[in-house]
Amino acid sequence: MSRRLAIAIACFLVAAAVVVLLPFELDGYHEGLAAKVAIFFIAVLGLNILTGYTGQISIGHGAFMAIGGYTTVIMSHDHHTNLLLTLPLAFVIAFGFGVIVGIPALRFSGVYLALVTFAFAVSVPQFALKFSTFLGGSTGIQTATAPGHLWLYVVSWSCAGILFLVAWLVLRGRTGRAFRSIRDSEIAATASGVTLPIYKTLAFGISAAFAGVAGSLFVLATNGFAQPNEFGVFLSLELLVGAAVAGFGSLWGVLVGAIFIALLPTVSADVPLIGSAHGQDVVFGLIVIGVMLLLPTGFAGLLQRLRTLPGIRTAEKEG
Amino acid sequence: MTELAQRLGFANRSRRVGTGVSIPVVIILVAAAIFLLVGSLVSPIFAQQTVAGLAQGAIFASLALALVLIYRATEVVNFAQGEMAMATTYFAYQLTLWHLSYWAAFFLALLMGFLLGVVVQVVLIRPVQHSVIAVVIVTVGLFVLIDGLVTWKWGADLKFMPAPFGNQVYHVGSVAFSRQDLGTLVVTIVSVVLLWVLFRFTKLGLAMRAAALRPASAALVGVRVNRMLAIGWGLAAVLGAVAGLMTEPTVFLQPTMMQAVLLYAFAAAVLGGLESPAGAVVGGLALGVFLNLIGQYVGFATSELRLPIAFFVLLVVLLVKPHGLFGRKQVRRV
Repeated sequence: MSRRLAIAIACFLVAAAVVVLLPFELDGYHEGLAAKVAIFFIAVLGLNILTGYTGQISIGHGAFMAIGGYTTVIMSHDHHTNLLLTLPLAFVIAFGFGVIVGIPALRFSGVYLALVTFAFAVSVPQFALKFSTFLGGSTGIQTATAPGHLWLYVVSWSCAGILFLVAWLVLRGRTGRAFRSIRDSEIAATASGVTLPIYKTLAFGISAAFAGVAGSLFVLATNGFAQPNEFGVFLSLELLVGAAVAGFGSLWGVLVGAIFIALLPTVSADVPLIGSAHGQDVVFGLIVIGVMLLLPTGFAGLLQRLRTLPGIRTAEKEG
Repeated sequence: MTELAQRLGFANRSRRVGTGVSIPVVIILVAAAIFLLVGSLVSPIFAQQTVAGLAQGAIFASLALALVLIYRATEVVNFAQGEMAMATTYFAYQLTLWHLSYWAAFFLALLMGFLLGVVVQVVLIRPVQHSVIAVVIVTVGLFVLIDGLVTWKWGADLKFMPAPFGNQVYHVGSVAFSRQDLGTLVVTIVSVVLLWVLFRFTKLGLAMRAAALRPASAALVGVRVNRMLAIGWGLAAVLGAVAGLMTEPTVFLQPTMMQAVLLYAFAAAVLGGLESPAGAVVGGLALGVFLNLIGQYVGFATSELRLPIAFFVLLVVLLVKPHGLFGRKQVRRV
């Protein structure tokens, strides 16, 4: 265990060093992109806690992002709260909504749960349209102040680092064990003394809270503008794609998944053959399908396979 | 139907295949039907809204049925179902541009839909079949891909096809029925019935049901399971194409035309219990009528809230019956 722990800490430190040094090399636009990676990192991490570790599929995490995002905008727009202070608030409020959704979700499993959460993702942006005086309607609503690229970069990656540590600490201890036992077999988990309703709802709450923070950073990344369109169904699907590319039940894969969904639309925007904005969709779709055909278990599965290759088999497997 | 059949003493061999309708559900459905009938006789507006709702619901039902067909066979929800329907509708549009009559284009588009479904299953789904989540992600990728391809080929602006049924309105007493609504209702019901006949009374249908329910046993008695699954995806895509073509006259041709319909179809399929074809049809019709009547009579339910209301109803139904109206509780061995 200790060797694995050392490797994990080393990886974390290297990643942290890269993140700290990166802004010295990047211009404003690319800082924004890098911040986007951090934002999706947080959201996919949250989804992975729920889906990868607890086995509860959610296609509704875009809705929790919307809740976090609108929390930030409303606090800043109506009450001129400091943007930094709105982040923990988004965490708490999204946690609350996660618990609220998690309680009825106790009765569902598998594909029914997926569709109920999907329904949630579809419904939430509609409320922004319905209650347009408070939530801005289809044109959206903006924060009182819009942060710069560097601010966004620093705050996003700090949040990503902190939340990664939180996720790691939660998952490696008693709670994480309970989560994984629920994923592997609910009946066996109950038999071993895991109280299903508490842990499932807790997983929903934590996961939603992560998505909430990601959502408020997501809004800040678009000049502080929150629009119902931005939080449409597609965002939830994107997060699911990110989690699948990352590989469920792995913390390290999440970074790859986040890079994938954050950068792919930008990278594929200027495709030579098809051109225009639609080329982006075509390439995104093709690559998502291609990745799934080649790596059905995601990046984490690839790592796992590499680790068990004869040449690379090391003592760490014992750990 | 099973419990009912058992109680009445004529449970047959199709017991395990059948759906589980409980007595309270039947009573509620009958009561709802009587309510609609009485309402329609009393108020012409109510009657008009009910028929329009049924037409809308029939579209939901056919797409929901497509989802159910695929779910029963592969335990997977096809997120690209609506976009596949949209693509085949665009194909029909292209044919009408080439001066084919509407109905020739209609049937060629159904054929095209079938081919599309088969190709998607064979090329994209089969390689990842063993992993549900991978299949779901592939269908999400397909969703984006089809969207991009169609927008690239035909553009995102509205297109118009010739009206399949014309714009006449029939008057029965003081009630006006649009020919469009009635036509939609007839076409979707005919296609659903044809599909039911195929599944119930032909050897192919039997083989497909066997392949979907007990793949291993079916393979042992000589059913080509993979081929049956591919045909199943093809038929689902045909139903989707019907839904797409029937949606076109009301929302017109645009790449996003099926997205809302797909969401309602999801709701309808889950409402009926994802396993049950009859449930999908009933769920679709009920949802269509319910949304139309709510929109007509409840002021708070503006168009923005149509989707949330649909899903709220879904949630309430699921909380009472977690496997849908017609679904059966799955018993799992530890």
